[in-house]
Formats: sequence, C-alpha cells, structure tokens
Amino acid sequence: VGKERLELLQGTLDVMVLQTLAAIGPLHGYGIARRIEQISGDEVLLNQGTIYASLVRLQQRGWISSDWGVSDNNRKAKFYAITRAGLKQLAHGMAYWQRLTGLMGRMLAFDSEGAGK
Amino acid sequence: MIDSLRRAWNRVVAVFRRAPLDADLDAEIASHLEAAIEENLHLGMLPEEARRRALVRFGGVTLAAERQREARGLPALDVLGQDLRYTLRTLRRDRGFACVVMLVLALGIGANVAVFSVVNTLLLRPLPFRQPDRLVWFASNRGKGGLSEQTYTVSAFEEFRRHNRSFLDVTSYQTFFNSIQYKLTGRGDPLPIVGVQVAENFFPLLGVEPSVGRLFTPEECRKGGRAAALLSYQFWQRQFGGDPAIVGQAITINAEPADITGPVTVVGVLPSSFDFGAVFSPGMQVDFFVPAYMDFWRTWGNTLAVFGRLKPAVSVGQAQAECDSLFPQLRAAHRDWWEDYESTLSTLQDRVSGRLRRSLYVLWCAVALILLIVCINVSNLLLARATSRSKEFAMRAALGAGRGRLIRQLLTESLVLSVAGALLGIAFAWAVTFYLARQSQMTLPLLSTVRVDGAALAWTVLIAISAAAVFGLAPALRVSAGNLQEALKDSGPGMSQGRGHEHVRATLVVSEVALACVLLVGAGLLMRSFLRLLDVDLGFKPAHVAAIKIEINDYGKTERRGPVLQEILQRVRTIPGIEAAAMTDMLPLDRNRSWGLVSKEHLKDNVPHSAFVYVVTPGYLETMGMRLRAGRDLSWHDSAGVQNAVVINEAAARREWPGQDPVGRPAYGAGDGEARVVGVVSDVRESSLEDRASVQMYIPMSQFSPEGAELVVRTRLPIAAIELAVMSTLRSLNPGQPRTQFRPIQQIVDHAVSPRRFVMVLVTSFAAFGLVLASLGIYGVISYSVTRQSQEIGIRMALGASAARVQFGVVAQTMRLTLIGIAIGGAVSLVAARAIASLLFGTEPADPLVFMGMILLLASVALLAGHIPARRASRIDPMAVLRSV
Repeated sequence: VGKERLELLQGTLDVMVLQTLAAIGPLHGYGIARRIEQISGDEVLLNQGTIYASLVRLQQRGWISSDWGVSDNNRKAKFYAITRAGLKQLAHGMAYWQRLTGLMGRMLAFDSEGAGK
Repeated sequence: MIDSLRRAWNRVVAVFRRAPLDADLDAEIASHLEAAIEENLHLGMLPEEARRRALVRFGGVTLAAERQREARGLPALDVLGQDLRYTLRTLRRDRGFACVVMLVLALGIGANVAVFSVVNTLLLRPLPFRQPDRLVWFASNRGKGGLSEQTYTVSAFEEFRRHNRSFLDVTSYQTFFNSIQYKLTGRGDPLPIVGVQVAENFFPLLGVEPSVGRLFTPEECRKGGRAAALLSYQFWQRQFGGDPAIVGQAITINAEPADITGPVTVVGVLPSSFDFGAVFSPGMQVDFFVPAYMDFWRTWGNTLAVFGRLKPAVSVGQAQAECDSLFPQLRAAHRDWWEDYESTLSTLQDRVSGRLRRSLYVLWCAVALILLIVCINVSNLLLARATSRSKEFAMRAALGAGRGRLIRQLLTESLVLSVAGALLGIAFAWAVTFYLARQSQMTLPLLSTVRVDGAALAWTVLIAISAAAVFGLAPALRVSAGNLQEALKDSGPGMSQGRGHEHVRATLVVSEVALACVLLVGAGLLMRSFLRLLDVDLGFKPAHVAAIKIEINDYGKTERRGPVLQEILQRVRTIPGIEAAAMTDMLPLDRNRSWGLVSKEHLKDNVPHSAFVYVVTPGYLETMGMRLRAGRDLSWHDSAGVQNAVVINEAAARREWPGQDPVGRPAYGAGDGEARVVGVVSDVRESSLEDRASVQMYIPMSQFSPEGAELVVRTRLPIAAIELAVMSTLRSLNPGQPRTQFRPIQQIVDHAVSPRRFVMVLVTSFAAFGLVLASLGIYGVISYSVTRQSQEIGIRMALGASAARVQFGVVAQTMRLTLIGIAIGGAVSLVAARAIASLLFGTEPADPLVFMGMILLLASVALLAGHIPARRASRIDPMAVLRSV
C-alpha cells in the first residue's frame, strides 16, 4: 500500500503546490505546507519536509520561481511564485486529475451497482 | 519536453553547485522550523513543546534534505563519486593487491589490444586506397606456381584491359622489379635502391595522390620519353631529408637491365600512407617508382602483375565469369600467346591477407582465452580479498546499505581496477605494436602500418568494461549474499565463510586450469609444427652461407661474361676465411621466375612444362650445400658457343624422365634449341618450407644472362669479418659496385617462416602466461584452504597424524582440482586442435606427444603450486594451534 500511496502523492503534491501558489500568490515553504494541511484537513498526513523535494523539482522545470524575502513577521524566508509555464502546467494537471477522478468515480459506481447502468 | 531538458540541465548544474545549494536548503529549513515554532508558541505551547511539535510535523530534517538533494541533483553520480573515493582509499590501503591485479589485467588487456591492432590492420581495416573493396587481383594459371606463372605478358594485359566490360580500369606493375638492380649514383658511393616499374594508371587507379609534385604524364610513360621518377615518402625523408626542392631536379639512376640509365627527373613524392611493400611485397621497402615502358617489356614473357577496379554494381563473381570467357577468346585471336591465362580473381584484400586469416583468428581466440583466464584469476583474488572484508560489508549492510548498493560498490572497485589495468595495457600494447611495425624481417603484409588506433582504443574500452563485469560480478554477488549475523560474529578464521564460497573458488580454479590446458595444447601443437618445419630437408645448408648482390660488368657480351665471372670468383676465393664462393641470380625462398623444361618425349604435349630457373656459376651447388645425385656440376667449359648444359632437380627427373637416367639426355626450354642434362641435384624448397619442391633447373651463367646476380660465399667467420675485404675486392674489379650488404641465407629461411614463427611465439607466450596465472590461482585457493583448516590440521596432528600425511592430503586436494581441469581442458583441446588443423605442419591435431607433454607440464606446475601450501600445512605447530583455540 505504501508504495502506491507514495507514487500517487508525488504527482498530486506537485499539483497541490502549483494550485496553492496560483490561488494565494507567493508563499514560503512553511506557508505552502500549512495551506495544504488546512485544506486537506486530516486526510493527508504530510511530512512538511517532503515539500522541499517537490519545490526543487518544480523550480528546475521552470514552473515556479523563488526568491529570498521577508515574511509578515519580519523573518527571512524563501518565497515561491508560480510562473507562466507553471500556470500552463497547472491547467494541464487539473484537466488530468479531473478526468482521472471522473473515471475513478464511474468505475467505482459501476462496481457497486452491478452491470445495471 | 523543454521543461524536461531544463530539469536535466539544472540537475547537472546542481551536482557542481552542491555546497551553495546545500547552504541555501539549510537556511530554508531553518526558517521553516522557526516559523513553525513561532506559530506553536502563539498557540500557547511551552518553548520545548513548540520545538518538538515543529520537528515532528516536519518529519526528519536529514531525510527531507536528502530527498531534496536526490530530486535536485544526480544521485547516481553522487554515489559513483562516493564509491570512487572509497575505492581509491581501500586500494591505497591494499597496495600490493591492487598492483598485482592491475599488472595481471594490464598484461591481459594489453595483449588483447596488441593482437586486435594486428588483426584490425590485416583483416578488418580496409586497405589504404580509395574504395579498396572494389580492387580485384588477377592470378594467372589459377594462382598456382611461381611468379612467372601467375603473371601476364604486356599483350595479355593490354588486350584484357581494352576488351573487358567489368572493370573501370585495369593496371599493372612489373613483378620482377626486385631483379632489376638500381643504384643511385653521383652522390657518394653508388647506393643500391629498390624501384618498381608501374603502369601509367597505377596510382590513379589506386587513388593515391602525391604529397609533393605530380604523378607521371602519358609522355613520360612511353619509351623514349623524358625519364621520370616518383619517390616513396620514406626514401625522400631518408635520402633527401624531406626537402621539397628535390621535385623537379634530376637524380642519376643506373639500372640493370639498362632500360633506364642516367638522369631521371623526380616529378613527385608519394604520401607516407602509401607503402607498396606492405601491401604487394611484404618485407620489402621500395624507394622509388618509374613508369613501366610497355614497349620495352613486350617481348619479355610474363612479367606484369595485374589488378583492376570493378565498375560499380559489378561483383567479383561477374568479373570472374567475364574473365573465364574473355581470355580464351583473346587467346584464340592471338596465336603468339603461349598460355591460356586462366585467371582466378579475388579481392585485393583477400590476396594481401587471405592466407593469414585463419592464423590471425586463432591468435585472436588465444588472446581472448588469456583475457578469460586473467578475469577468472582476478575474480579469484577479489573473492579472497572479499573474505577478509566480509565484516566490513556486514557492517555496512547493518548500517542500511542495500544489497544493490553493495554490489554497485564492488563493481565500481572492479571497474577502477580494470580501467587502471587498461591504461597500463594500452601502454604495453603501444610498445608491442611499435616494436612489430619495425620488424621488417617479417613477411607479414601491412605489418609496418600496425598501430594502436581509434578502433583499438574503442576495443580497449569495450574489453575493460566487460572484463570488469566478468571478474567483478561473481565476488560482488557472493559477498553481498553473505549472512550478516554470522559475519558480524567474531568467529575463527574462515569459519564465517560457508562451503559455497570455497566451492565457487574451486570452480574458478578448475576452469582456469581447463583454459590454460587448451592454450598449452594449442601452443604445443603450433610449436611442434614449427620444429617440424625447421627440420624439413631444405635441399641446401643455410648455415655459414651468405649472399651479396653484385653488379657484373660483362660489357654486354655473353662470351666475355665467363672470364669476368671466373676472375671475380678467383679473387674472392683468395680472401682468408672464405671456403667457397659462387654466383646465382636467384636464391631459394627469395625471388623466383620460371621458364619451361621438357624432355624430347614430352615435346609433343601441348601443356606448359614450367620449371624454376636459376642461372648459376660452377660451384654454386657446393657453396649452397646442395647434394649432387647424379652426373656432374656445371663447369667453366659450359661456355658461350658450346652446347647448353643444364642441371635439373629430382622433381624434374621424375616429371620428364620417369624411370630413366636423365643424365646425358636432351632437354628443351633452357634457351633456344637443345640443352643437355649434365647432372641431377636433390630438390630444394624454393617457394616455402611447407610445400614440396617444384621442377627446378640450374643453367650456366656463362651461357645465359642472369637477372641480377648474387655472390654466395661459405665462411665460418662472422660476416662482418669478411664484408670489407669482399667489398674492396669487388670494387677493385668494378668501381661501379654499389654499397650492398651481405644477407645470411639463414635470414632468408627465417624470413620464409616468419609468419608461422610470429603466430607460434605469440600463442606460446600466451600459453606460458596462462600457465603462470593458473598456478597462481591454484596456489591461492589451496593456500587459503590450508589457512582456513589450520585448526583442524593442528588437532589432527596433535592426535597423531604425521607431517607426510597432512602434506599428502593437501597435495591430493590440489591434484583433484587440477585433474578435473585437465580432463575438461583436454576434451576441449581435442575440438580446438581440429579447428587449427590447417595451421599445423607434419603434426596430427591429436598428437599424443603434445597432449601428454602439455598435460604433464600443467600437472607438475600445479603440483608445485600446491606443494608450497602443503609444506606450510605440515609445519603447523599443534601446540600453538591448540593454545589458540
């Protein structure tokens, strides 16, 4: 089970990060992690540190950019912002996830109600 | 797509910016934790608790940083770097081990690269001409007989060239170029030089462009045209210091026969890549080229070696078919042709190295076997080393290294050793090829162009990597499969190693012995063939005989030649130390030419009765140590104006006068009209040591004009001791005598066997190397097992086992491994021997002497290798062992 979940998480985490940055604007790593936790409630058990592998991956692809700046409470922090390529990728990712969830929904419905529909 | 490339690039960059990126990450994580702690404090937690919760939510700082680094850079490369650093450190600690392994690998890989370079040059690399695969060689008389029989007349060449439809063009060179003695005069002592007469289209057809100057013009190729010469690059460098100003100048060349004499204009210099000798006449260095005047050679019989360039889309087979129909048509149209010119066509590449193909493949196989033995040996050494490192690996496994990670580490070590060995090996191969390329004594074609080139380097990389995989994999798998717990326990020496481990090593040794056995038997067979060949009755005695090219000035008159020759020989014979002296135009195993020789009874047959012809003086038979079987030697009375005399060999007597005594009978073919057979000599191997002698005849120099002349002397003194006296005598008689050097006849014989010697020496040295490696392997395994069992041995001795009994046990173990190896190797050898049967001479593939001898050799060396540890075992002190238990 663990292996499957990891695989799923990696792809989803990237989309979550992009979506968070697109919705809220520039954020630092902690902010992104907190935001994802808040939205998902207790459903995702995210080690906050995991976010950094995702961030470096996205940045190397050119989908987000980063810069050191100062946070609300006057702390030095590295802020990430989504780029134009990142927005395009997000649209792409969203479409993919919507199709996938739609498909999974249909599959599961088919399974529980028999061959009726 | 773009973003993937971008990511790949960023990852590569990240590998080299490790330090700043790590610092950046640390700072980022620190700021993350601070923010988390601050938020927790706001929620009312105590500082301790706030910090703890922040860390828990973060989920392991080291792990996160590691994950980020993996995503950021190229973890494979980092691991490789780590492994390399670690490998270098451990190898530096184990210096002796590393040196032995690298040396063994260097020899194995170096031998492979050197042999590959030779094979590549002779068989794989195309000849150094334009589109060499389209060049086709013509061998008349279906490729049988001497040079005279395999070549063409000017008329045959010209007619074929005119009428064929298969070739873009056909060209030729004068094949008896070595009979024409050129000398360079007007620059100090007359210098003998080697020149080749070539057809006008010779260089254009090959696609050879001069490096300086130009090729011949049509005008220069006609008799009576301006005399022109092209210099070989090497001669240009040697004689004229590579001065381009020589082009356009005249040099003075004198030649016998005198179709060129006097000033010759140098019109160009050929490129260094063009080596006529290497391709067309192995072992010969050509200094210059002049046009062959076809009108001059028209009346000379078969003198032209012919080859052509096929038209595109015409195959050799099609050309052969055309040849088979065209030559008979031409023959029918030319009543004056003596022969049918039944020609066999082959690619020029085949003609140059086809005969050697099998030898070279055998060499290649032998050297591959050596590499295999080297790999097995190194594998064995690595296993032994792995044994002593088992705790180290168990420790690393306990600390979390996966099996794959351990295998990777071990393979990296193998690769480092292999690459180091390969680097040394290249140096070794380079030295070997450098040496080989300068062996002008060897009649291997293209040998002078052998070198370690790009292809050889690529080959090195390939075998280094595969060798590392072969010798590294077994130890890596073995070690990483070790039982962690057992290895970590500090048990007695070797106790932690299962039986399986020893089993692997024994198997390796057995296969090593088997491979060495195959090599030894192969080498033994080749060596025995070579010895058999040296034992062949040559028909003459090469020892203490030497020959020197001389110039005979007979003023162009046959009747004056006899006295001139007599005077030279008389004067030479008075030189102290000279036991006999005579002259000939051709020496056996050197150049040859043939005429016809036919008895009266066979005159009516319309088949050619060819015979090798030697124009000699009286005393030649004796000087060469040939044996007169019947009749008499030629004498000075067989002079101009007297009936022609001829001495024939036994083969001639058998062919022309079967069952009769030929002495006193008339023979035809030696000059015009009738000659009389005056004597019979035993057969002389004239073309090669392997082939039986053909029909030969010896005719007097006083009656026939020689094609060049060699003064042959028999002396027990070293050549150097008489060379000066002979040269000054010759000079006093003929001031134009060029500065030539004596060639020992033995050298000519050596020359003839040099390709066989080359293969034999190499295979034998590989076999010797294989034997050493196999014995090292045996020693290693037995010695290790003695160490492992020392407690057991000690206890047995304490219980009363004698030293002899213990020794016997160890030796028996050695012999068991050896005998299994020999049994397998012997069986494989039988198959291998059949594969090399065609390379053997006078030796059966299953020669019992060779098989027994080599098996005994292998067994005794193995015994010796096992004896040393056996003695050590018998000296184990039972008390010491018991105390240490």
